[in-house]
Amino acid sequence: MSNQFKDTPQQKKQLDKVFEELKDVPGSLMKAMQKAQDIYGYLPIEIMQRIATACKCPVEEVYGIATFYAQFNIEPMGKYKVGICLGTACYVKGSGVILEKVKERLHIEPGHTSDDMMFTLEATRCIGCCGLAPVLTVNGEVHGNLVPEDLDAIFAKLNA
Amino acid sequence: MLERAHIMICGGTGCTSGNSKKVMEEFERRLTEHGVRDEVKLIMTGCFGLCARGPIVAVYPDGAFYQHVKVEDVEEIVSEHIVKGRRVTRLLGSERTESGEVMPINQTPFYRSQKRIVLRNCGRINPENIDEYIAFDGYKAYEKCVKEMTPEQVIQLITDSGLRGRGGGGFPTGKKWLSTYNAKDDQKYVVCNADEGDPGAFMDRSVLEGDPHSVIEAMMIAGYAVGATQGYVYVRAEYPIAVQRLQIAIDQAREYGILGENSMGLGHKFDMEIRLGAGAFVCGEATALIHSIEGHRGEPTQKPPHLAEHGLWGKPTVLNNVETYANIPQIILNGPQWFKAMGTEKSPGTKVFALGGKIVNTGLVEIPMGTTLRTIIEEIGGGIPHGKKFKAAQTGGPSGGCIPASLIDTPIDYDNLIAIGSMMGSGGLIVMDEDNCMVDIAKFFLEFTVDESCGKCTPCRIGNKRLYEMLDKITQGKGTMEDLDKMEELCKYIKANSLCGLGQTAPNPVLSTLRYFRDEYIAHVRDKKCPAGVCKALLNYVIDKDKCIGCGLCARKCPAGAITKSDYIAEGHKLPSMQIDVTKCLKCGACMDSCTRQCAISKK
Repeated sequence: MSNQFKDTPQQKKQLDKVFEELKDVPGSLMKAMQKAQDIYGYLPIEIMQRIATACKCPVEEVYGIATFYAQFNIEPMGKYKVGICLGTACYVKGSGVILEKVKERLHIEPGHTSDDMMFTLEATRCIGCCGLAPVLTVNGEVHGNLVPEDLDAIFAKLNA
Repeated sequence: MLERAHIMICGGTGCTSGNSKKVMEEFERRLTEHGVRDEVKLIMTGCFGLCARGPIVAVYPDGAFYQHVKVEDVEEIVSEHIVKGRRVTRLLGSERTESGEVMPINQTPFYRSQKRIVLRNCGRINPENIDEYIAFDGYKAYEKCVKEMTPEQVIQLITDSGLRGRGGGGFPTGKKWLSTYNAKDDQKYVVCNADEGDPGAFMDRSVLEGDPHSVIEAMMIAGYAVGATQGYVYVRAEYPIAVQRLQIAIDQAREYGILGENSMGLGHKFDMEIRLGAGAFVCGEATALIHSIEGHRGEPTQKPPHLAEHGLWGKPTVLNNVETYANIPQIILNGPQWFKAMGTEKSPGTKVFALGGKIVNTGLVEIPMGTTLRTIIEEIGGGIPHGKKFKAAQTGGPSGGCIPASLIDTPIDYDNLIAIGSMMGSGGLIVMDEDNCMVDIAKFFLEFTVDESCGKCTPCRIGNKRLYEMLDKITQGKGTMEDLDKMEELCKYIKANSLCGLGQTAPNPVLSTLRYFRDEYIAHVRDKKCPAGVCKALLNYVIDKDKCIGCGLCARKCPAGAITKSDYIAEGHKLPSMQIDVTKCLKCGACMDSCTRQCAISKK
């Protein structure tokens, strides 16, 4: 995947600006990585190398952090990030069943992206909408009080 | 100009997900249309607590508390209530007084047993406007500390109040501050732990969303008390609204000269910054959190040295949780005696709980310590939906345990919860009913801790994995009675030998379910049955031959060809009923999903 990576001059400019801003901030490595992911959507090896150079640390350290924290992606993400909350409140109200149904529908396991780059499926940690449990998110938008029958309508919109 | 009405719209995460922003925009539009926009103040507040009935809209001075407000309802509220002064009764909830009037909201079962100290401003002020915080005594406590008290006196006052850490451990806050004060160094730090990772817990998020300035003020007080000039708030990245409101609050406080070189002109320097987490549960552990702020992998390190001597960048650091901080300004203003008058002797004050799971009133509640679980579940929570039976309450998240129905009258405080094998934790309280399988719940938490273990120490990394495998074996119906004893032994070993709090508490869900629900484990192991009907491998799908109309749809959907026609025709039916061959059945559930008469196929 990474050998096709190419960024736009605009993205590059944005990233350089981030490095400039964080130059004197102590402990800014993670901040730099978070901002880089905001710009590119994920952290390809080329970007990790640039971050390493800017933060004066080995690229191994950047990679170590990227793989430690759940929110860093080193692979590109699908157009729609579908998250099913597996927090306790959602789980006791049946989000496990919802996850199974979505897996069947998209033919992917949590943490993976469909081949057509349309969907990335995530089994998320509690997102704090426990009052609406069980919930599913699509690119951050929350669908609450779900029953499996609701999935048809949600995905019909996305596939359109 | 003085407004004649205030409309408060809940902007907490729950209500925002329920579209409260659109409701706000609609109010803006309709009020303008009716020409009354200037007479009404429209405010987006923090969480009111009653998330189950969101989005919530409160109208003052009448105190009307509208629930489940949809965009379509706004016109009616504006034209009826605001313009004509008639409340829209159908949106006011179902509680009535004896005389049949709509019950004032503070007398409803959900609110009447609560005592809102930490949440006092949530739902009352606009969290994005510092003036509203100041109007409710904001930054007065800080002023009082710096003007009238020495740092020693501030620490003594907090010690006297008996405040204990609300992140779950319950360590005395005053003691923490004192040891940081006693550590001599040219630079010290104040850190706020807002890495609320327990699933089903959203107390800290609601405080940051609803009253961010209370945390800023408390951190300034801590800075003055221990001699620190820089603060950090470590927030979960999963909480975008909280992060945004906290940043707005910090910016406004800087602009007002409250944060900065010379805070409020009182000669003390304090500034602060937000650091975002990146999705690692272990970062809620103190040393791991510190490493993460420093920009490293969030792996815990051995204690001692304690943070009070060797914390952020090797400097003395005081670390408290959001809810602990939110208590501080009120304690300073009202005194330690006021605080001690609430709660129990060893656990004074209140505790915020996020009530979730199988309960009618999901939401955020704040109760005096010592309130019983029964009050929380039956009165405040409104009981279990669909007339089901209460089975257990889970506190303390993946570090806590399950409290069975037989202990429902236990007064909730730190020590009682430890005594019955659970813990306070940060305040998630998940209610479970008869349809939840306790072995499955234990497995669910173990799966979480196995996934979140940082992998640094062996007992946690490998021990919990083995524990998970044993639980999985039991839910597959392959467990033995010997496994139960082995599990208990392994739990004790993991607890005794893990490096940090995550590993030391990870076996708690298993131990507490083994203690109170052993019969359920035995049913899985000996009888190969899941009494709650959750564990798939132990269930058999059966067709009710008298209800089945014999359409055959299930047989066509069955991937294993396990469904065939029987030779039984029920009375009044034309076709013979279908039957399932349990030896071929994969237990996928496709038949049950496809059944046109959903009552005909069931799991047993």
